Amino acid sequence: MKLTLVGTSHKLAPVEVREQVALDAGAASELAHRLAGDGREAAVLSTCNRTELYIVAGEEDEAIAELERVGGEPLAPYLYRLGDEAAALHLFRVAAGLDSMVPGEGEILGQVRAAYEAGACGPVLDRLFRSALHAGRKARTETAIGESPSSVSAAAAALAQQVFGELDGRRVLIVGAGKVGELAARNLRSRGADVAFVANRSADRAVELARKLGSEPLPLEGVAVELERADVVVSSTGAAGFVITRDAVEQSVRRRKGAPLFLIDLAVPRDVEPSVGELDGCFLYDIDDLEAVVAESLAGRHREAERAEAIVAAEAKRFREWQASLDVVPAIASLREHAEAIRTAELAKAEGRLGGLSESERRTVDSLTSQIVNKLLHGPIVRAKEAAALEGVGYADALRHLFGLDDDGRDGHPRRLPGQ
Amino acid sequence: MVDLLFWPALLAYGEAAVAYAGNVRYPGLGRFAIWGVRAGWLVQTALLVVQAYRADGFPWDTWAGSLNLFVWLVVGGYLVWGCRPRYRLLGLAVMPFAAVLLGASYLGGGADADGSDHFSTAFLLLHVGLVLAAFAALTLAAALGGIYLWEERALKLRRPGLLRLRAPSLLTLELLGWRTVVVALPLLTLGMVAGFAHGASIDPQIVVTLVVWALYVGFLVVRPRGRRAALLQVAGFALVLTAPLGLLLTHLS
Repeated sequence: MKLTLVGTSHKLAPVEVREQVALDAGAASELAHRLAGDGREAAVLSTCNRTELYIVAGEEDEAIAELERVGGEPLAPYLYRLGDEAAALHLFRVAAGLDSMVPGEGEILGQVRAAYEAGACGPVLDRLFRSALHAGRKARTETAIGESPSSVSAAAAALAQQVFGELDGRRVLIVGAGKVGELAARNLRSRGADVAFVANRSADRAVELARKLGSEPLPLEGVAVELERADVVVSSTGAAGFVITRDAVEQSVRRRKGAPLFLIDLAVPRDVEPSVGELDGCFLYDIDDLEAVVAESLAGRHREAERAEAIVAAEAKRFREWQASLDVVPAIASLREHAEAIRTAELAKAEGRLGGLSESERRTVDSLTSQIVNKLLHGPIVRAKEAAALEGVGYADALRHLFGLDDDGRDGHPRRLPGQ
Repeated sequence: MVDLLFWPALLAYGEAAVAYAGNVRYPGLGRFAIWGVRAGWLVQTALLVVQAYRADGFPWDTWAGSLNLFVWLVVGGYLVWGCRPRYRLLGLAVMPFAAVLLGASYLGGGADADGSDHFSTAFLLLHVGLVLAAFAALTLAAALGGIYLWEERALKLRRPGLLRLRAPSLLTLELLGWRTVVVALPLLTLGMVAGFAHGASIDPQIVVTLVVWALYVGFLVVRPRGRRAALLQVAGFALVLTAPLGLLLTHLS
């Protein structure tokens, strides 16, 4: 059963095209079920970076037509079409985050799972998606591809963890109620930190952001006092001068009894006096420092990607072998039925000669003949599966030819092997 | 037999030290380092058992023998929690040190099986065993302090590659260092009490041990935090290192 992938992604299509073919969960599921049926399987993976249709035993042109219908325009220049092994390898790479804008990003694994759950999956897509999820998880656990931060706010949170360990219950003070500070605050909060205060020159915006983050608003004048109790300070105001001075931090350090203070200055021009970083127990990172951490981290992810590629390739090879072994399954089923038919026919012929046997003896003869048939077939069947995995459908045809089998399991005339 | 056990132990510790160094650049090597530590420690355990069996007593009361036992205690202490991936940097601090000291112990005859004629086995177990166990714990505390100082400096200098090393957090290092000293000090106190109860007289080794003891009592009373705590742990270790020297002087005098 042929596996086909038709899709577009950030590598070929600009955002204007991608947003045309992007599907929400409901629409993706509906499209998958429309493409499936009559022994066909389909799943649709749609994220902000890609929309891909995986179909089994379906028509490639039909899938393209569906995509173009969704997009409302011809998509030929932006589409890629892959079959069988290449399609499987592609999905495995996608699940491992190797095809993402940021290598190893974690969100894609959940999106692949969602596509699998919403799809119309039969045996092939079921195996394909489960293998892809396995490959994605394995790439992340056996390499460090997904470990290091890929954004400034994630880098700030990771550095805070480098100082404090777990952030559960750590008090965060947000200075400035802008979008940048909010992103950093959300990242810290997602790791267990407690956003205690939001300080801003405009009280309204402080109240609004504080409400969103479940914290308390604070006037800018209150920052110096709260420095004493905060563990992490994130500052991102639009002020022209320093909002957090060395003097203010120095005074709070004396009262902190050696507890570390981590300051993240996301503002340009900077909010925190740079010499604050020299104070004992104080760690100060500005936007340039954090961007350097992100750059280093992305370089590390690219290095780890090479190891993840090897993992993904091994998983894709395993899937290819399984898929190839499927081609021989109908022939094996036919062979078993053929052998069973011969066995029962021969037993029926011998009925007259076995008339004197008791019921128990008849069962013994029945079991004995079954065992003989099974033992005779076991070796060839195992080897046919192995050979099919490595060399394709030729062995299935050979089995049909040698035993005179039809695809539906009945005796038939020997078929000619390809090339005869 | 002793040689048959000593060299594999030294080789395994050396392999672990090299693998820990390589792990900084190639994270997959950490696994080989951990197995090196485990294998080395098991073989060294067998070495100590053979020594004790042959001596029919306590064969580690010489400075070289003490060093052998000390290395075993340090690596054993490290094995309790140091094999976790987050503590691989600590392995880089501990294992080269362990390999060098084990080698020095061998050169000094610390792998031989000569028992002491002067003291009872029970006294030596109590006194030397406890003091060495305390020194081993203080060594680990110093390694934790050293990593704290290095990591704190890396954070201060805002080195972009710090996160890649997957080091323990500063507060974890501080807490672990503190707890290690909390465990070590009672062991050291009991070991010293056993020595004095046996009528030990003041000699260079005892003076050094008393100074170490006083330093760590002060540490626990004041409970310094952060950089100061780490510096004190490292300074204490420098004193611990002078204790074998004191032992050597005692034996020479």
